[in-house]
Amino acid sequence: MVALSQERLVSSAASPARRSPPPGRDRLFRLASLGSALLVLIVLAGILGSMIYGGLPAFREFGLGFITSSVWNVNEDQYGAWVAIVGTLSTALIALVIGVPLSLGIAIFLTQLCPPWLKRPVATTIELLAAVPSIIYGMWGLFVFAPLFANYVQIPVSNIVEGMPIVGTILYARTPSGVGILTAGIILAIMIIPFIASIARDILDQIPSVLRESAYGIGCTTWEVVRNVLLPQAGVSIIGAIMLGLGRALGETMAVTFVVGNANRLSGSIFDPGSTIASRIANEFNEAIGLQLNALMALGCILFLVTFAVLVLARLLVSRVKVG
Amino acid sequence: MSTIALNTSSAIGNAAAADASAPVRIAVKDLNFYYGDFRSLKDISLDFYDRQVTALIGPSGCGKSTLLRTFNRIYSLYPEQRAEGQILLDGQNVLSPSVDVNELRARVGMVFQKPTPFPMSIYDNIAFGIKLYEKLSKSELDDRVEEALRKAALWDEAKDKLRQSGMGLSGGQQQRLCIARTIAQRPEVILLDEPTSALDPISTGKIEELIEQLRSEFTIVIVTHNMQQAARISQFTAFMYLGELVEFGPTTRMFMNPVKKQTQDYITGRFG
Repeated sequence: MVALSQERLVSSAASPARRSPPPGRDRLFRLASLGSALLVLIVLAGILGSMIYGGLPAFREFGLGFITSSVWNVNEDQYGAWVAIVGTLSTALIALVIGVPLSLGIAIFLTQLCPPWLKRPVATTIELLAAVPSIIYGMWGLFVFAPLFANYVQIPVSNIVEGMPIVGTILYARTPSGVGILTAGIILAIMIIPFIASIARDILDQIPSVLRESAYGIGCTTWEVVRNVLLPQAGVSIIGAIMLGLGRALGETMAVTFVVGNANRLSGSIFDPGSTIASRIANEFNEAIGLQLNALMALGCILFLVTFAVLVLARLLVSRVKVG
Repeated sequence: MSTIALNTSSAIGNAAAADASAPVRIAVKDLNFYYGDFRSLKDISLDFYDRQVTALIGPSGCGKSTLLRTFNRIYSLYPEQRAEGQILLDGQNVLSPSVDVNELRARVGMVFQKPTPFPMSIYDNIAFGIKLYEKLSKSELDDRVEEALRKAALWDEAKDKLRQSGMGLSGGQQQRLCIARTIAQRPEVILLDEPTSALDPISTGKIEELIEQLRSEFTIVIVTHNMQQAARISQFTAFMYLGELVEFGPTTRMFMNPVKKQTQDYITGRFG
């Protein structure tokens, strides 16, 4: 047996070497794949560069006031980004406040509680949510959700809180049309749920089942296992997943433009219309010329940098998932 | 192969002799276990004696871990798994639906193949389990934590870093932390599922010493792949094969004079 296999080894070593490949072909292949990778970087740098170049005149004209001023007057060529920045941040924040608990609930249900037969349908449905084009969310939000929201939430709530301190401002709709900052936040929440939920699910799935068993093994209830062991174990990765959702919420354009109301003034009420950076650009870009165009580019620049920073941070946090 | 047999037999007798007059702590009666349609335990009937170490041995897939996992019903985390029959812990059938599983698991502690410190400090790793069931003052809790760490032979190494993460300990220390966490709840029974399979020989030795000491207070059931370990630390040994209990008896007799040929073949390393 041993002798036989040795013989076979010898004979295979003696067989003619394979036809040598043409020289340079492998080199070409490597260069081509390197090129594809570099192209992405070049495109990204190009976009960033042209945004900065385009926005520079606005930054130069208004200085820091471009960010802090809340005047956006096309007729007088005065541009300040504050309203849009506040709108962007507040809609994204509302989206997180609504979306994060729901997403974590979904992820925990899918990984810990879901009976096997239900797992696939629920997971698939969540992923389909991510496949819905944002314009559909926008249309649905404007034509279906906003009227219902006006009738059954904005009007009754405004009636109740009218005159109260603080909530009387935050939750009072001067024109209960259904569109506004809160509506945009709710639509955004629905849009970011699939992202946060599916990443959080992957993170929870990566935690070794023996850790979960040992937590149950000392007599923890499901809530105690999730709260005290699984979520702390997932730790910063969950924050990373949330930030990925935040990155999307900040930059989302189409759906928000439909439902945010596109008002240029600052309001203390989340029922009132406002605008976000993305919605303002989408609304005005078609007809913008001169300084207005520069101001929109500068707006884009701010959004680009903020979302970029959020996404980079998110990726870093997600990749730090601790296993074992 | 013959050396394995030799080592095994030389290890016998290190452990205290079996005490068959000890009261029965766990009585398994006609236990069958199913993974979906697959029957992985077949009519197991077996007694576990109070304050004795019982080793479950057998080749992979023989059902020894499955059997262990029925005692605290940890299998019930997985809906496709179910057990039929009776497991009487002090006369009470733990498989009965009326038994509160969380309470059961505080009475029947379990330590797993790999160390599984919780993502919290060393102190909290132990205090967490106690606080689930008892309301104690800070100083009482401190005492309990210290007591558990001492019993797990970890106090000297851990006393200066109780506030540090349990993840920072070595593998062997982590496993002793898990044992401390288990005994801190003052269980009646401790289940050990291959507790040293991920550890180096020195850490393994410490865990084995620990098991020997813990025997005076707890009824211990250990699943092990290591024949010498079974011989060294257990008073009783059960040999399982293909979901059936082949032979059960005092460890010394099981290793010196196995009745069944299968048992003899397995412990001398001829198969498995």
